[in-house]
Amino acid sequence: MKPFRYDRAADIAGAVATLAGEPDGMFLAGGTNLVDLMKLDVMTPDVLVDVRCLTSAEIEDLPDGGLRIGAAVTNSELAADRKIRSSYPVLSQAVLAGASGQLRNLATTGGNLLQRTRCVYFYDTTTPCNKREPGTGCSALEGCNKDHAIFGASRQCVATHPSDMAVAMTALDAVVRVQGPSGARAIPITELYRLPNQEPERDTTLDHAELITAVDLPPPGFSSNSRYRKARERASYAFALVSVAAAVQVRDGVVRDVRIALGGVAHKPWRAVKAEEALRGWPAAEESFRAAAEAELEGAAPLRDNAYKVPLAANLMTRTLLDLSGQR
Amino acid sequence: MWGAAVEITLRVDGREHRLAVDPRTTLLDALRERLGIYGPKKGCDHGQCGTCTVLLDGIRVNSCLALAVAHDGAEITTAEGLASGGELHPMQTSFISHDALQCGYCTPGQIVSAVGMLEEAKAGWPSEVTRDTGAEDVSLTDEEIRERMSGNLCRCGAYANIVPAIREAAESARLR
Repeated sequence: MKPFRYDRAADIAGAVATLAGEPDGMFLAGGTNLVDLMKLDVMTPDVLVDVRCLTSAEIEDLPDGGLRIGAAVTNSELAADRKIRSSYPVLSQAVLAGASGQLRNLATTGGNLLQRTRCVYFYDTTTPCNKREPGTGCSALEGCNKDHAIFGASRQCVATHPSDMAVAMTALDAVVRVQGPSGARAIPITELYRLPNQEPERDTTLDHAELITAVDLPPPGFSSNSRYRKARERASYAFALVSVAAAVQVRDGVVRDVRIALGGVAHKPWRAVKAEEALRGWPAAEESFRAAAEAELEGAAPLRDNAYKVPLAANLMTRTLLDLSGQR
Repeated sequence: MWGAAVEITLRVDGREHRLAVDPRTTLLDALRERLGIYGPKKGCDHGQCGTCTVLLDGIRVNSCLALAVAHDGAEITTAEGLASGGELHPMQTSFISHDALQCGYCTPGQIVSAVGMLEEAKAGWPSEVTRDTGAEDVSLTDEEIRERMSGNLCRCGAYANIVPAIREAAESARLR
């Protein structure tokens, strides 16, 4: 590991100010992804500003009926929270579908959002990777790309975002609160993440030294009827090949409203807007669910090794929507 | 200055230690290389195998991914610290009576992880296989134990005895 200076600020403002003056520094929270990447020399910050004890570790009620999740809330605490489990079950299930008990105990909400892709070429410093080293090329484009993106990739990068939690938060229309050198702002999670385009080294729209302080969930509504379903290569403790987070409201046999997000298919959690549009007002039946899934997947552009993700995503979406409309 | 040593305090298995560490030092390396506490093992060193599991302020974590400087003042329990007054911890006894190991390299991590896992279940924390995530208490079926222990790998494949060992320790803890 490259040497670095460890810094602990007194408060959030101090941490932001310190990092703003350190162009090659980074924030440290749970460290479960960053320390690993530093051991491999994939990431080589020269300063770590520890923020784990600075941001809130509480889940609070918001006046509008929603919840505010402090950035330092651990993945375990988030998944176990009673209000999350009853009003936003998709979020608890998504968190529990990721990593292991030990990792969830260290990993934080803010850190989970900012974890890096698990593309094998990103991790292997002997191979070209535009995300790790801009301009060197993408090894996955013509390499082993069974784990890679089927939506929104570019010639520069075909990596996927690894988080399960962020997929559920995308389906829930969560809002990410950040504090940076030029003040605080609130970013809808769908605008936090970006597609690789010409700058795959940037996973998010955050500026340097902007710190995630909390994630706000909107009032529950029909999110209490939600669930997360994940397909992976072993029964537990593996990243998603494809995952689905969905919430649906059915009245008199008709889909009144629906939210669907997919994981493991793109550089960001993929909100299935086309499927949602195709479903509103249609009968809550297998034919509508499958047609909606297929409408979304018309836009898929699979690579050599990952065409399996297209039917897998369609089947997962259909099955999850059937579950949620009480038809299984 | 880069890499300047940082003074920290760690309380390990009831004993306090003051030491100056390079910021790159993980909790695992601080325990093994600096304090000579060899219960936590180095397996993968990347958070994938669980053999470095310790209780950090009572919660099970991978000590290979935690930087020691970030946990100044922490209370750490390793497998060596589980026994009290010359008596093995019930989880240790159960592993022995079920022959829940072959080479033994993963065993301290398995045992510490299982002890932490029982506390999580007692607190009502759900797992991915918990059917009713709204339920108050968790029944530790074999399926639950396997899912909750998936962060601890055993390359000898002693799982067939590890699961019953943990189940029995969980049941006797419930009766106590």
